[in-house]
Amino acid sequence: MKVALSSKGQTIESQLEERFGRSPNFIIYDLGNDSYQAIDNTQILNSAQGAGIQAAENIVNTGVDALISGNVGPKAFRALQAAGIDIYLTRGTTVKKALDDFKKGKLSKAKSNNVDGHWF
Amino acid sequence: MQIAIASGKGGTGKTIVSSNLAYYLNKIGKSVALIDCDVEEPNNHIFYEPTWFADENVNRLVPQVDTIRCTGCEKCAEFCQFGAIVCLKGKVLTFPELCHSCAGCINICPTSALEKTSRKIGEVQLGLKDNLLIVQGMLRVGEAMSPPLIKEVKRHGIGKEIVIIDCPPGTSCPMIQAVKGSDFVLLVTEPTPFGLNDLKLAVETIRELGIPFALCLNRSTIGDEKVWDYCKIENIPIILEIPDDRQIAEAYSQGKLFLEVLPHYEKVFVELLTSLEEIKSC
Repeated sequence: MKVALSSKGQTIESQLEERFGRSPNFIIYDLGNDSYQAIDNTQILNSAQGAGIQAAENIVNTGVDALISGNVGPKAFRALQAAGIDIYLTRGTTVKKALDDFKKGKLSKAKSNNVDGHWF
Repeated sequence: MQIAIASGKGGTGKTIVSSNLAYYLNKIGKSVALIDCDVEEPNNHIFYEPTWFADENVNRLVPQVDTIRCTGCEKCAEFCQFGAIVCLKGKVLTFPELCHSCAGCINICPTSALEKTSRKIGEVQLGLKDNLLIVQGMLRVGEAMSPPLIKEVKRHGIGKEIVIIDCPPGTSCPMIQAVKGSDFVLLVTEPTPFGLNDLKLAVETIRELGIPFALCLNRSTIGDEKVWDYCKIENIPIILEIPDDRQIAEAYSQGKLFLEVLPHYEKVFVELLTSLEEIKSC
């Protein structure tokens, strides 16, 4: 199973980024062999609109099954849900800690977006 | 003749100029349409309280997916430059609020799985007051894209001798859509640092569009000299100056046309028209 985490930096010691669409990086963590890779999301971070949808596309293409982030907006939620990706929300933590919490089953699945879009 | 009243900065006085200019032109017997393209906040009607005689919905084309025909080929998603249509794991999702209605996805789909549907973006309202045609757009609350509505609003001015377009502020798509096709642009600003900064942006935009323009300086007795200096260097004529007059502000705050309350200001509009004639003839 692979999990994507929004991250300020490119390592698992980084702070978990609270924003999903405009997260600078994503850590794609493979629970099967405890390895990870970082993907750069800067281009999407700077897009005028629709960042959440594009970021969703980005992580769907890496083949993850779940996402851990701080906030997910309505359009990103729709896109992730359509792709069958489970969303877990947590905040004020590091990527590593969020992963540990996830593995221990401490994070619960989000049933809807927790923040509104930026101009709706 | 279509005259667009525009600005970079908001609150410089586009509406006060538009509403009073339309009033004056109508008074001297011209056939005038006042087109309020500030569709997020149309205010000209406040000064006229017109009799509304028509209200039309404005819709915009957006795609809808027929999931049976869709093969998940992703061609539509690759085509869309606005991220309004995505294909995730073979499932096509549309985001109408991001769609620019180009219909490219519909045309490109090899299995005709995308159909045209419409989405209401707002209304066009038409009113009359003493022969003056007043048209305004009302963008639906929550709608992000106003240019298609602005285009519809402007269509109703066709056929009038003089069309005054009150533009939305800024220098992005809504302002450009409002200004486009005009014979002349009157940029309104105030002699302040913000007024100057945004005037420069507006000047760059209008020059790019290649439309003749001049400046109206509102509250011309405040601020500093820098707007005048800039206009001198850039060779921009200042053809209307409205002083910072408390009585004008009072009339405005009561929803009254200042030309009606303070008729001695008519002479600045007479001069404005003379300047416009001169600019037109050269």
